[in-house]
Amino acid sequence: MIEINNLTKSFGKNLIWKDVSFQIEDGETLAVIGKSGCGKSVLLKHLNALMYPDSGEVIIDGQCVFDLNYSELRLMRQRFGILFQGGALFDSINTFENIAFPLRYFTNKTEGEIKKDVEEALDMVNLKDAGSKATSELSGGMRKRVGLARAIILKPDYLLYDEPTSGLDPQTSDEINELIVSMADSFDLTSIVITHDMHSVLSIAEKVAFLDSQKLSWFGSIDEMKKSEHPPLVEFTTASEYKIKA
Amino acid sequence: MEALKQLGQYTLLLYQALRSVTEFSTYRENLFNEFVKVGYQSIPIIMLVGVFTGAVLTLQTAYQLDTDLYPAYIVGSIVAQSVIIELAAVISGLVLAGKVGARISTELGTMRVSEQIDALESMGFNSVAFLVLPRIFAGVLMFPVLYIIASTLGIIGGVVAGAADGILPAAEFMKGGRQFFFPEDVVFGILKSFVFGFVITSISCFKGYFAFGGAEGVGNATTQATVLSCIYILLADFVLAAILL
Ligand SMILES: Nc1ncnc2c1ncn2[C@@H]1O[C@H](COP(=O)(O)OP(=O)(O)OP(=O)(O)O)[C@@H](O)[C@H]1O
Ligand SMILES: [Mg+2]
Repeated sequence: MIEINNLTKSFGKNLIWKDVSFQIEDGETLAVIGKSGCGKSVLLKHLNALMYPDSGEVIIDGQCVFDLNYSELRLMRQRFGILFQGGALFDSINTFENIAFPLRYFTNKTEGEIKKDVEEALDMVNLKDAGSKATSELSGGMRKRVGLARAIILKPDYLLYDEPTSGLDPQTSDEINELIVSMADSFDLTSIVITHDMHSVLSIAEKVAFLDSQKLSWFGSIDEMKKSEHPPLVEFTTASEYKIKA
Repeated sequence: MEALKQLGQYTLLLYQALRSVTEFSTYRENLFNEFVKVGYQSIPIIMLVGVFTGAVLTLQTAYQLDTDLYPAYIVGSIVAQSVIIELAAVISGLVLAGKVGARISTELGTMRVSEQIDALESMGFNSVAFLVLPRIFAGVLMFPVLYIIASTLGIIGGVVAGAADGILPAAEFMKGGRQFFFPEDVVFGILKSFVFGFVITSISCFKGYFAFGGAEGVGNATTQATVLSCIYILLADFVLAAILL
């Protein structure tokens, strides 16, 4: 379980959000929604202490991640897989090596085992033959899928997605959404998905956290969200609905 | 206030790098790559810098001393000593602040803004050991080598320019050079280049590692890295001269 308590973050004088608190149960899929620039990516980076808050805590299985020393932190971080917004692939090595990277450094697997694992992961994200491609040859959607393959290669407990469908065509978005659901099922994952794509929220999430006006504006289940009359949330969701119909 | 915060951040980064020295397996491969990029691939430009510095200095020294008061070989003494003590290290340093420093800060800055550094860290990987340490090591180990190349070529450039321009024959130049040759000067030059190597690579790593704000942010980081490197090279040069000469 991940517990977020009274988290506040600012950059200099620029307050991002204040007093954010919510919980994520094991096995759940949570969507974090909100306007561009409201601090969704920043929130994500607090979960495994890639960023430190001004105050507040993130507690994972009873331990506050901000209290860990660097070697404890590194162990904790290995329980997370992250798909970054642009894929964050290492551009000095090819696709295969990107996915193999964590295996090479963190496991004692032989070359044969690594090859097998990487091919399996590529297969899972429907990119069977892309292994030898340079990362610069990949399209946006492919980059995200390679990033996803790399994120799951060490079988994490938590999988974080930063806007997995943004910038993709509707069909590819649906494929990614299906992938997110199948990942969660097949690895028994706890997933946190940052997005402003309501279509994707409805097809993958069980719970929703809505960031707005520098705070956690709303939190609840998908069913509650559909019934909610919380004005900013209604505004945000109807804006997307309108976009879907238009 | 901002400057103090930056200094704190810089010190912390260096501390983290120092603490990671034992993680050799993390940076071994990058270390070799950096030796090649910082050292080997800088040899041509450094040779060019050396030759021209020595040649121009010879012509100008001869021009300035154009009286019959001094024996011609004094030109060799002045050129050789200036090259060894000051010019080979400082001019190479300033050139490498552009070549090496800009490359490092752009590379790390791009990795930062495209979240590659976050990706490394999020795997439980020590990104400082992986990225910063090998670059600083390459700087402090390769710059002295480049210095020796620059000063050797500087003296050769001086000899050739002096002979070609009819200022003094090569043997006279060498005689002058030897007369005021002190091994301590070479040690001093090596020490300087060692310090410059550290200044350039550590500042550039720092600026790149903490870059933010997209392509523009990387551009800013690179500009600051090269400008700061040049400033601190000149400062360090002054401080070393004041302490050691
Ligand atoms: N390292 C940083 N230094 C200073 N400000 C930052 C930093 N990282 C993010 N910010 C600021 O924090 C705010 C929130 O950024 P964040 O990337 O979390 O937005 P977001 O909700 O993910 O938006 P998007 O949907 O466009 O990705 C932005 O105003 C950004 O300028
Ligand atoms: Mg974002």
